[in-house]
Amino acid sequence: MAKIKKHLLVCGGTSCNALQNEVIASNLKETIREKGLNEEVQVMMTGCFGLCEKGPIVKVLHDNTIYIGVKPEDLKEIVEEHIINGNKVTRLLLDSDPNLKVHSKKQLRIALRNCGFIDPENINEYFACDGYLALGKVLESKDPQKTIDIIKKSGLRGRGGGGFPTGLKWEITSKSQADQKYVVCNADEGDPGAFMDRSILEGDPHSVIEAMAIAGYAIGATKGLVYIRAEYPLAIERLKTAINQSREFGFLGTDIMGSGFDFDIELRYGAGAFVCGEETALIHSMEGNRGEPTFKPPFPSVSGYLGKPTNVNNVETFANIPVIINKGAEWFAAIGTEKSKGTKVFALAGKINNVGLIEVPMGITLREIIYEIGGGIKDGKKFKAVQTGGPSGGCLTEVHLDTPIDYDNLIAAGSMMGSGGMIVMDEDDCMVSIAKYYLDFTVEESCGKCTPCRIGNKRLYEILEKITLGKGTLEDLDKLKNLSHVIKDTSLCGLGQTSPNPVLSTLENFWDEYIEHVTVKKCRSNQCKALMQYIIDPEQCVGCTACARNCPVNAITGERKLAHLINQDICIKCGACMEKCKFNAISIK
Amino acid sequence: MSKVKSLEDLKKLREEMESKLVERNNSSNLVQIKVAMATCGIASGAKDLMEFLIDELDKRNIEAVVTQTGCMGYCYAEPTIEVTLPNKAPIVFGYVNLKKGDEIIEKYIKNNELVDGIIPVNYESIEK
Repeated sequence: MAKIKKHLLVCGGTSCNALQNEVIASNLKETIREKGLNEEVQVMMTGCFGLCEKGPIVKVLHDNTIYIGVKPEDLKEIVEEHIINGNKVTRLLLDSDPNLKVHSKKQLRIALRNCGFIDPENINEYFACDGYLALGKVLESKDPQKTIDIIKKSGLRGRGGGGFPTGLKWEITSKSQADQKYVVCNADEGDPGAFMDRSILEGDPHSVIEAMAIAGYAIGATKGLVYIRAEYPLAIERLKTAINQSREFGFLGTDIMGSGFDFDIELRYGAGAFVCGEETALIHSMEGNRGEPTFKPPFPSVSGYLGKPTNVNNVETFANIPVIINKGAEWFAAIGTEKSKGTKVFALAGKINNVGLIEVPMGITLREIIYEIGGGIKDGKKFKAVQTGGPSGGCLTEVHLDTPIDYDNLIAAGSMMGSGGMIVMDEDDCMVSIAKYYLDFTVEESCGKCTPCRIGNKRLYEILEKITLGKGTLEDLDKLKNLSHVIKDTSLCGLGQTSPNPVLSTLENFWDEYIEHVTVKKCRSNQCKALMQYIIDPEQCVGCTACARNCPVNAITGERKLAHLINQDICIKCGACMEKCKFNAISIK
Repeated sequence: MSKVKSLEDLKKLREEMESKLVERNNSSNLVQIKVAMATCGIASGAKDLMEFLIDELDKRNIEAVVTQTGCMGYCYAEPTIEVTLPNKAPIVFGYVNLKKGDEIIEKYIKNNELVDGIIPVNYESIEK
């Protein structure tokens, strides 16, 4: 067989599927065969190109040409003109649409720029990607305030969730007078489903080390600490390797690059307590004390680790720093929305086709994330909600699909940016159960210092449990709301102040579902087992006994070849019978 | 290893590393493979895959560099690898188990014939 010379790729994403991409692919193969080129030109279906609104997409691989909106009648021209004669079909080119030229792809990787590109354990590859150049520039400038000004001007805000302006934090810490100051990297990623910090540390640890040294120079600190959860062994190993390499080349240690500036980094391990992501609790944990938050002020920037001024930033925040120094504040500030600059990494999870780690410019809409980057909802189900911000956040629904995502809009919509977990839910998810799931998490993770958080969240959980068991009343819904507000108003730290958010947000957006649970005792998603019954339709049942044989608790009775019956008192609602029934005789009521 | 003593030294070092990479890319018969090896990739079998690729490419006398890298972001399709044939654009393949790894060597690397599981790069990176 002759060696294949050219490849044509046809997008096989879900939304191109709806646009008959399979017809395009098979017609294309046919046309190639007609021209006698099938020995040297291969047609291939691929994953999603992320250009869904412009599908169907055909890419000519060898010269990197992308055709959009391709129709079956265009194929002959593409083959004859482009493949045989070598002239691109300009009217179909992606570049011919001026709107798409700039943002042809929805994702822009800044924090993740080197992840999946370089070998994280080879510092030479980091050098080839401008590694430590930003640190060199900062040290050469001999002007810490200039560095702070660049970060301030860039508009970078904390990526750990709160969104505090990073440059301002640096400035406050730099102005605090002390014999010793600290730079702390918060790598205590605790939101369920969020793993962007781990991915950055595993894929590009040097960028975080470089940024910490830059921060150290800017604020006048000579010591850096990374607070990382012991549950991230690979991230720890790669970070250690990177720190050692960095020391060997003299980017950590004394007299860095001949500047007279000393800086070194140590690791501190966390035991995986959610509350230790809060900066005061984190600092106490590093000091060897209980991981409990304390009142602010004093802020860590004034009195933090061992009572010294301490600047705490998140991993993703740090990963942005070297790029901002290298490319300039203006470059960074041109990306994103008015008050939220740059990009955000999200861990896209849940009922979505392309589960993945994505980085998008601020201001992108949920619709673009879910339907273009994420490839739509799994199994063609209906979208219901997106949970952002983890246990501190809330749900966004259909009405928020076109809201530009940034710090302020998410808060206005009753959720928050959080560290960037984004869990997609479909029609099969019960929102009361979702709220209960998050409360279960918070009850477990509350440090117990404040009574409203320690006891109040437990009561919230119990009321939600009661509702999912079909024993809830309308008064319970009022109680949920009132108690939530009390907990928010009277807790000391971010954990307690935000823990009722999943409840409030689902009450707000899915009031009907709560009402259904407490009045007609129905769960529309069939998730609350106490509120559903498996029923055998005697008309459909042929008495094959498959259900009875597979019932783990022997709840099904009936004679062979006669209709069977489920004893509801014994049934544990596992659904095994429904799975085994070949006659669709069993349904959920 | 000598310490980098100034910004000038660092710039020289960068140029040296860059030109090494360029040299590698221009090499006429070197196949380059990157295996996504974050925790999630490893959990899906990336480590075994990487060992398999190194052994098999060697056995089949194909000159190749196989390196590890971090998360490429395609969690739904782990393990993922990026294959760059000499003078060709990199191609990312997803769902690469050992069988698919073997197929990629036999079909794509040896014969330039693509196999299923191609993931088009759906992001832009910052210009260096």
